[in-house]
Amino acid sequence: MNTTVVSRRAAVPDLVLTLGAFLLGLALLLAFLSVAGFDAAAGLAALWRGAFGSRYALLSATLVPAAPLLLLGLAFALAARAGALNIGMEGQFAMGAIGATWVGLAVGGWSPLLAIPAVLAAGLVAGAAWIVVPVVLRWRFGVTEVISTLLLNFVAEAAVSWAVTGPLQEASRSYPQSDPIAMSARLPRLLPPDRVHLGFVVALAIAAVLWVILARHRLGFVWRAVGASPRAATVTGRLPVERVAATVLLLSGALAGLGGAIEVSGVSAALYQNLSPGYGFTAIAVALLGRLHPAGIVVAAILFGALQAGAGAMQRDAGIPAVAVHVVQAVVILVMLLATRRRG
Amino acid sequence: MSARPPLLTLSHISHHFGAAPVLDDVSLAVRAGEVHALLGENGAGKTTLMRIATGAIAARDGSVAREAPVAMVHQHFTSIPAFTVAENLALAAGWPHGGPRGRDRAAELIARIGLPLDPTARVDGLSVQLRQRLEIAQALATSARVLLLDEPTAVLAPREVAELLSLVRRLAAEGAAIVLISHKLAEVLEVADTVTVLRAGRVTLHGPMAGQTATSLSEAMIGGAMPPREVTLPAPGGGEPLVRLGPPLVADAPLVLHAGDVVGIAAIEGNGQRDLLRAIAGHRALAGVEVEGTTGLVPEDRGLEGLIGGFTLTENLLLAEVRDGPAWLGWGALEERTATLLTRWDVRGGTPRSAARALSGGNQQKFILGRTLGQAPDVVVAEDPTRGLDVAATAEVHARLRTAAAEGACVVVHASDLDEVRSLATRLLVMHEGVVRELPRDTPRASVGDAMLGLPA
Repeated sequence: MNTTVVSRRAAVPDLVLTLGAFLLGLALLLAFLSVAGFDAAAGLAALWRGAFGSRYALLSATLVPAAPLLLLGLAFALAARAGALNIGMEGQFAMGAIGATWVGLAVGGWSPLLAIPAVLAAGLVAGAAWIVVPVVLRWRFGVTEVISTLLLNFVAEAAVSWAVTGPLQEASRSYPQSDPIAMSARLPRLLPPDRVHLGFVVALAIAAVLWVILARHRLGFVWRAVGASPRAATVTGRLPVERVAATVLLLSGALAGLGGAIEVSGVSAALYQNLSPGYGFTAIAVALLGRLHPAGIVVAAILFGALQAGAGAMQRDAGIPAVAVHVVQAVVILVMLLATRRRG
Repeated sequence: MSARPPLLTLSHISHHFGAAPVLDDVSLAVRAGEVHALLGENGAGKTTLMRIATGAIAARDGSVAREAPVAMVHQHFTSIPAFTVAENLALAAGWPHGGPRGRDRAAELIARIGLPLDPTARVDGLSVQLRQRLEIAQALATSARVLLLDEPTAVLAPREVAELLSLVRRLAAEGAAIVLISHKLAEVLEVADTVTVLRAGRVTLHGPMAGQTATSLSEAMIGGAMPPREVTLPAPGGGEPLVRLGPPLVADAPLVLHAGDVVGIAAIEGNGQRDLLRAIAGHRALAGVEVEGTTGLVPEDRGLEGLIGGFTLTENLLLAEVRDGPAWLGWGALEERTATLLTRWDVRGGTPRSAARALSGGNQQKFILGRTLGQAPDVVVAEDPTRGLDVAATAEVHARLRTAAAEGACVVVHASDLDEVRSLATRLLVMHEGVVRELPRDTPRASVGDAMLGLPA
């Protein structure tokens, strides 16, 4: 696997590139709205109001999707820094949600101090378990994880459908969803009544830990070396490249699974189909926009959280379909890939 | 000969990358029937000039006149191993396909040039020598009449070099114009009619080869004679035994390599020397190899195996020791150690925070040598350590390796250039088809060459 999206000393400073890519995406969104006959100015105003315009917008809308986007963005970046591409975060997120729901339904009598860690651990384990097959396929047979993780997304989607119509279906057996998980298993809100929950803090803490590891710990250096040049890592570093790739993919899967767990435990309180509005793919844009750096990913996750929140407001207030904001996501991915392309 | 019109004329070419001038008012004309040697140290601008000649890049200033198609034959092979000779030729020439008709055209071309190639043979079954011939055939398949050969003899054994040079002469006699880039002065003195020497982007010598000597060419390349640096080495075999090569690697008595030895391994590409070197360095297992003490490797491919180009020099120092290093990284101390290494090993053009790829090849190699020898390994394995280096950097690397041996290391070195192995080593091993044998150090060059080909000495 020589695919790499690791930053290659861009000619443009990182921050300028990051903001520039995002603003270019917004500009193209406005152009698209104008051409499509919408009132672009009203759309932009609604987008801003819905994302940052009020305390509610920030704390109950923007930062809520920012939490899973941050965790999944970190999951992608962690693997990508070591040269592995986890495109299966959507599936690991779904499996994390299933695991968290299953445990969350069973811990009714527990103290939250035990129940919440148990639910989060279930997400970590389920996410990691879901990437075991791609890891083994890569290690033993050299199958690229790009394809295998991607394909398992569809399997995970089917697994959620099966769970909510089968073993985890709610008691009345009428709706494709689970019963609400135990109160003790729900993540507390940080500033009630606002909806932002402890999961956001957990994600920030993981970003900080990852930053320190990448900058200061042997492990982070080994990941970066393997990602930058597997051959130099093997010959000069005498590092077990494939084992490192397997480790980072498992960690990446675990983080994505944790994303699913905090979504269930902090937001939905139950398992549904389509729990994720494509977080697993949006997070790739988040990670790229953040230049695969934990601090950059925090900023990018909040920007994309804002976009998600603002899209709802745009649809409500200006009658613009929320999916239009996907233009921004697409532009960001293209610009960042262009900026980090290999030099000929 | 000068009556013939030039097929390729470069007039007053100037070029720069960023602020750094690469070529400064360089003119060069190559005529049909002529072998034109292009010499110069690394970074003198030879490659840039050739890329301008082929049109791969456009010169900032000056003009290029091509009277016939120009093709470059690179050092690395461009043929596709899983394809046949005919298919590769069809691909290079743009023939519709490599079917029966393509095979006929390939056979015709091969016969015309007089190459011992089978059009239906798969390329991965060919020897290095034949693969190189195929590269030349591919260039000619494009109907090129101007051939730019970039260090074509670097991968060949002496006997094969002679064959290649006679092919070059024959192509010229048939009306091709040939530019030969080489570091080997003896070869160009033998084969070239005309010579152009570049130093730091300027022409320092231009004219007929007749009357030139290795000394005059070398002075034009580096601007003055190189003072040889002598290092006194202990008598071979005097130190502690460190490496033992037993059967099946040797036919009879085991070979023992000692501290203080500089062991040169002469072999043609693909005779198992790579596995042997990696096994001595402890990177893989190989039956018959026993090593005592610590080992250090200077890998063959600096850019891909020895360094991470995008990492800083400090990070590249850490790369070699991170596996057994402490859990938390002390960047301050690492940077200081890198700075010390750069000073002690005279690595120029970078600071501890520079990206490794910013350094020239020679300085990269000095950095790698300093990093490896700084760990004071008992056994030092150097794979083609002067590949692509110029005269001054080569002398520097040789001196460093000999110093390491004088200080008690067993240095095992392989170089693709036989003369280099002979001048550097105190003991000479020849490897052919996986079997190693030792030759006396004063064995004549031609006999060593025969041994490399497996012929009886």
